[in-house]
Amino acid sequence: MRILGALLCGCLFGAGLALSGMINPEKVLGFLDIAAIPAHGWDPSLIFVMAGGLIIALPFFWWAKWHNTALLGGNISLPTKRTIDRPLIIGSLIFGVGWGLAGLCPGPAISALSYLQLEPFLFVVAMLAGMIIQRLSSRP
Amino acid sequence: MENFTPFTALAGGALIGLAAGLYILLNGRIAGISGIIGGIIGAASAQKAERIAFICGLIAGPVILALVAGYRPAITVDASLPVLLLAGLLVGYGTSLGSGCTSGHGICGLARFSPRSLAATLAFMATGFLTTFVMRHLIGF
Repeated sequence: MRILGALLCGCLFGAGLALSGMINPEKVLGFLDIAAIPAHGWDPSLIFVMAGGLIIALPFFWWAKWHNTALLGGNISLPTKRTIDRPLIIGSLIFGVGWGLAGLCPGPAISALSYLQLEPFLFVVAMLAGMIIQRLSSRP
Repeated sequence: MENFTPFTALAGGALIGLAAGLYILLNGRIAGISGIIGGIIGAASAQKAERIAFICGLIAGPVILALVAGYRPAITVDASLPVLLLAGLLVGYGTSLGSGCTSGHGICGLARFSPRSLAATLAFMATGFLTTFVMRHLIGF
């Protein structure tokens, strides 16, 4: 049942990425290109995607705060770390550079594999390599 | 603002929020895509099967939307091959070091008012804006 739950959530997530247009790197870059604001070429759609996502997700996460067990069994696992540390900030800064270079982040990149185009596939391979390099380099 | 699509953006965002909400409700897990992938490529991690199921759904989602609603936005990747590969490396390295991406920090983290996720979101937005500016207007890619 947990596997079916994950599959359902993945499908909804992927459909949302496609419907919102965020699966298209060009649209994401249209948001990141704030220098286009004076020429009225800026695309603020991503703000609406985040707003829609947050409004719907909020009550679920509020519920999760007060419960220990998920509906399909197992514990509810929320991050417990509270400190804003160097890895968090440096990692996020590096992620943003990669995001701004191609307009792809992990979710849309994986979802875009369904288009069977070469570019998302190459990006995902490089992304996996980047994750593995980070893990190997962080080992003591 | 001819590319601005507020209604599909809101509706698509709501679907993403519903997916993230249902994942914490049903499975008790954060729908952070970089974290889910990280758990699959990691040596020994729990719930590998359901992580793989989520990723399969993520790939199937756009196909289902196209079949059910007949909606399939085109994908345009402007980045050249070396830039695309560098971008992938940086996104993989950065999300692994920073424990999350647009979904884990930007949606799930902000929805539970996590100060860490707010800091991360501000950080990747800042370099995202800056990088796009440099690429489009200074270097001219």
